[in-house]
Amino acid sequence: MKAEDIKKIILNIISEIAPDEDLSNIKEEVRLRDQLALDSMDFLDIVMELRKKYGIEVPEGDYIHLASLESCIKYLLPKFNRT
Amino acid sequence: MDLNDRIVITGIGLTAPNGNNLSEYRKNLLDGKANIQRIETRYMGPVLAGVCNFDPLRYQTKKEIRNGTRAGSIGIYCAHEAIRDSGVDWQGIDRSRVGIYEGITEHGNVETENEIYNISQFNYDTKYWSHHHNPRTVANNPAGEVSINLKITGPHYTIGAACAAGNAGLIHGVQMLRLKEIDFALAGGVSESIHTFGIFAAFRSQGALGEHNEPNKASRPFDTARNGIVVSEGGCIYTLERLEDALKRKAKIYGEIVGYGLNSDATDTVLPNPERQAECIQLALKKAGLHPKDIHLVNTHATSTNQGDIQECEALRQIFKDCPHTYFNNTKSFIGHAMGAAGALELAGNLPSFEDATIHATINVDNLDPACELNNLVINKPLKVNNVDTILNNSFGMLGINSVVIIKKYIY
Repeated sequence: MKAEDIKKIILNIISEIAPDEDLSNIKEEVRLRDQLALDSMDFLDIVMELRKKYGIEVPEGDYIHLASLESCIKYLLPKFNRT
Repeated sequence: MDLNDRIVITGIGLTAPNGNNLSEYRKNLLDGKANIQRIETRYMGPVLAGVCNFDPLRYQTKKEIRNGTRAGSIGIYCAHEAIRDSGVDWQGIDRSRVGIYEGITEHGNVETENEIYNISQFNYDTKYWSHHHNPRTVANNPAGEVSINLKITGPHYTIGAACAAGNAGLIHGVQMLRLKEIDFALAGGVSESIHTFGIFAAFRSQGALGEHNEPNKASRPFDTARNGIVVSEGGCIYTLERLEDALKRKAKIYGEIVGYGLNSDATDTVLPNPERQAECIQLALKKAGLHPKDIHLVNTHATSTNQGDIQECEALRQIFKDCPHTYFNNTKSFIGHAMGAAGALELAGNLPSFEDATIHATINVDNLDPACELNNLVINKPLKVNNVDTILNNSFGMLGINSVVIIKKYIY
């Protein structure tokens, strides 16, 4: 799996949990919270969808890695390629 | 009574299986148009139900709908519609002095069933249980969603009173206004119960789930062929104000809540008690300072069950035996039983009688059960009368909770 694939997966999840948001101009390096109306419950939704759809576990101590698309990709890439 | 203690209805927001606003709903009641459908239910297959088709996106974002509950959406839709109908200056109102009181029969069963089904897809591993479950299932959820959506910072909570809850929500609004706890109430009832299989399964096990080949004929109170309840979703929220405030802002006044009664049977979990129902009606009449003969229209609670309909008629015959100008009807014959919304929704369908002096019918009465005979029961087609100045609305629920409200036409 490549970085671009992870990006698509994350954007798909966000489009489901925040269906009113425009995701066409998301900047990878900027915090998601600074670009979208996402709260802590939404980040828990991202964690839950990763678990349900891909069997990926994100421990609470690692939530910080979900802050931006860039950090998501960096953190999740080895996890996806391990499964 | 002081103007400050007199409470009036100044706005109505509703969604029923046959209407998403008062004029559409009333027209269908007068035109004899029911709307009951056969829907698929988890584990049980098709059942009959009343389904609302309002557009939740009118007042909510997609995310709010996804994270919230159906009862929340119903409450939000009805609250917005009621506020708009009231004509109050919503931008200028002090929202810390607005109270939200929503009657519910039950809440949380839908969301719990959904989560159990969800984890069943993961071998019942509870780590797949949603973090949204608690905010969705706390008992105040339907009112709390209204508070958040409309930025109302006054008190919000639900009133759990089984199928008497719609009236109970309304009564609580009256009480809080009289106590000066608030200045403006959003009060009524909501129900999302058709989205849980449990309510259908339980009524079926009890032998009380309505069924008919033609869905619109399934809810048939007082008819000999009635065989049970048709469960519906729905909601109705009223804006209530002290008369003085309503007059000051020249509000339209639908009617004045002049009396109410709330009591308990203290006898059985499911079987009603006509003596206590009669006492509840008497309590409301006493509070209103009225006699039975002063009531022009009684909207019955009858749910199309064998025993329940008969027992309510017994209670009504006791009280209204010498009342030649009192008429009776039933709204559930059109919309089924909207549970926590029933009392409030059924009252709304009858309030226009103050203006048009017409009593909507009880439909689907092909053969009137002799045990349900009432003088002046309006069946199968609406009845034009000289005038309707007072309406008494019955709503009774499981565990023996009874609620009655009396509304009087307001003469300007």
